[in-house]
Order: sequence, then C-alpha cells, then structure tokens
Amino acid sequence: MAGAHHDHSHSQAHDHGHDHGHDHDAGPDPMTKRVQALEALLVEKGYVDPAAVDALIETYESKIGPRNGARVVAKAWADPDYRQRLLEDATGAIAELGFGGRQGEHMVAVENAPGRHNLVVCTLCSCYPWPVLGVPPAWYKSAAYRSRAVLEPRGVLEEFGVRLPEDTEFRIWDSTAEIRYLVIPERPAGTEGWTEEQLADLVTRDSMIGTGLAKSPADLPAEPAA
Amino acid sequence: MNGAHDLGGMQGFGPVEPDATSRGGTAPIFKSEWERRVFGLTLAMGATGAWNLDMSRYARENQPPAAYLGKSYFQVWLHGLETLLVQSGLCSRREIERGRAERPAAAVPRVLQAAEVAATLARGGPVQRASERPPAFAIGDAVVANVMAPSGHTRLPRYVRGRPGKIVLLHGAHVFPDTHAKGGGEAPEHLYTVAFDAVDIWGPEACPGSVRVDCFEPYLEPAV
Repeated sequence: MAGAHHDHSHSQAHDHGHDHGHDHDAGPDPMTKRVQALEALLVEKGYVDPAAVDALIETYESKIGPRNGARVVAKAWADPDYRQRLLEDATGAIAELGFGGRQGEHMVAVENAPGRHNLVVCTLCSCYPWPVLGVPPAWYKSAAYRSRAVLEPRGVLEEFGVRLPEDTEFRIWDSTAEIRYLVIPERPAGTEGWTEEQLADLVTRDSMIGTGLAKSPADLPAEPAA
Repeated sequence: MNGAHDLGGMQGFGPVEPDATSRGGTAPIFKSEWERRVFGLTLAMGATGAWNLDMSRYARENQPPAAYLGKSYFQVWLHGLETLLVQSGLCSRREIERGRAERPAAAVPRVLQAAEVAATLARGGPVQRASERPPAFAIGDAVVANVMAPSGHTRLPRYVRGRPGKIVLLHGAHVFPDTHAKGGGEAPEHLYTVAFDAVDIWGPEACPGSVRVDCFEPYLEPAV
C-alpha cells in the first residue's frame, strides 16, 4: 500500500504485468499510459464527460478541504449552543455552515477532554469525512496507519510528535460503515475572547482526525505590522 | 472476505509517515497526474449508477493478499474500476487493454455532466432508511461480535470478531453492505457503534481505552 511503497509508486506497475524497468525516454510510464487509455475508452463510449472528471478533481483539490472542518470546530469552541447541537446532531450542525454531501451524509462529532483522546481510522479502506476535511492524505490510507491506529494509538501519535499522559483514555473510532467522525480537539489555553475566525487558524486537519492537537496561540506566526 | 484490506491490528508495516501537511505545510493531494484521473474517473463512473459504493469496495478488496498489498492506493482504485467495468458489461477486458471501443456502448442510467458536479456532491448518497423493525439493542447493552468468515463483502473487521463490547450509539437502519455489495438490494439493518475494550481485543498490554466499531445488527449477538 501507499505507505510502504510511496517512494517508488510508479514502479509498481508489475501488478498489471508491465515491464518493471521502463524507460522514461520511451514516453509516459505504464500507469500513465494505462489510465490515459482507460479515460479515452470511457469518453469514447460516452460513459463519462471529461469536463465532469475535471470538475470532480478540481472540487477536492481546491474547494473542499480542512478549512471547512476548522470553521465547525471554531464555532463549537466559541458558541456553547452550537457545540451542543454538533454533539447531538453533527450532520445538521455542519449543514448550518453549508457543508455536507458525499462522504459526510452521516456525521458524528466526538470531543476530546482532559484525559480522553479520540482518534479516527478506517481499517478496511479509507473512509473519511470529505465535506469537512477534503480527501484523505496518503498516510491516512497507508497500511501502517490502518493497521496500527487501533492496536497502538500511543505509538502512532508519537510518530506525529504528540505525547499524551500515560493514563489517557483512547477512543479509537473505526469508520466501518457510512458514519463519518470529526474530532473536536481541546480548545487551547489563552484564547479567551477570540473570534471564530481567529480560533479557526488554530484548528489543524490532524487535530480533527486525532493525530494532532490544536495549535496554541504561540504556534501562530507573529501578526504582521498593520 | 478475510482479505488483505482488513488491516486492523496487523503488524510489520513500519511507522506511519506523516507528510508535510501534518507539520503545517502543503503537499499535493495526488502524487501524479494518473492518480488525479483515476480519482476523477472513479467518481464519475460511480455517478453513472452502474454499480453502488459497496460493490466498489468489494471490487477493490477482492484480490489475492499479495496483489492488494503490492499496489499503491490508487492502483487499488484502478483495479476496482476496471473490474467493475468488465463485470457490469460496460467494457470488455480487451477494450481496457487496448484503450479503444470494439463494440457499442451499453446503456448507463446517468452520465454526470460538469454543470451537475457541485449539486451531485452536495446531495451525496445518504444510506439511512426507514425500518419497521425496532432496534434489537439499546445503548449500554452488552453484545458479542459474531465469529464469521463470509466469502463476500462484509464490514465487520476480523479483529473484533468474537469479542465482547457495549452499544454506545444508535444510528437507525442503514443499507446493509454485505447484501448490497452482491446486488441483493439495500436490505436495511440497524446500525450501532460498539465500544470494545482495548484489553479484550489486544490483551493486557493494550493502550487504555476502547476501539469503537460501527456494527450492523446481523454482526451482533446479545452477551449471555
């Protein structure tokens, strides 16, 4: 899988029976050729509109990403009523901000607290809450993450530079059905009175998966002189 | 199926390697142009309605373990897409190998147009369904996950089979993947989140806490 092989991904075409030692001067690599041929076939048959394929890619490359989730978390930190709605009906609360749809049809928000840490994984494939976080990063889909998050969450978190107290209770959420989980990280100290916009800058993608914590105010770049 | 996709608790894959995006930097979502196209083509073909999401997952995981683990993530997606195209009769294996049509196109229920993409994604595909049957379990109930080894698609991971757990969330009835993946209809079943104590899965050395797995009612028995 990607995690174990990411440094030579284009050499793995042997799975399709192609020559392993392809020559870059001889044109596109085997995977590129194969996918170009497939797209040409699907377009020729009229099954796909290439402009729709472009629009799908473009949506997840530039429109839908973790800034959406950061707004949800920031609002939950700033507005106790919203936090309550988010915990009771995450799909509805997230829709209030205009986010929803594919791979976020059935959302559940889970909240970190002192002594309790939530971590989300999909051991069977790569289920992930697309409307709030975008499409998953490579490591989330890797065999290493999928195999170990449920077994040794503490070790996995250390690989992300996160160390939690020994007696922390881990709640690992394995997204085996169509429920998609969003972690609400703990609100950092020293942010009293901050606006939702300011708070959103502290919410990292990884803090909403559970492989990170929210940034502290000291982590932010210094304010540029206005 | 007990396939290589069912990775929970397997050992030997080495450390997780966070990318620059985990350190506050940026990284491209796709490592190459062909990955971008496989992603877009998979979503566009999914939108035709020629197959469902559970069939897609099964087409990706239904491979010899070494073949599955030897592929990169988007190679697995490509394998799944090609398999579904052939199974559904939309393309022949020869057409895929040659990249040219050799026979007329089959009818597909829909062809996604660029102008419909935003609305289609925003609508998504909710899988909650009405059910006449009340849920068999309530929050707090003690259950045991089935011991099973089905030959087709299932969403009950091996690492919890036979383990005791507690119901912590009720989700209503959802489309049942095991039936849906083989074209047997939606056959909705009640869905629960079950908390399994980590010690009951991994033994006394486990990190303190629980692993919470979304389990359909047929995966569960009451604890005796």
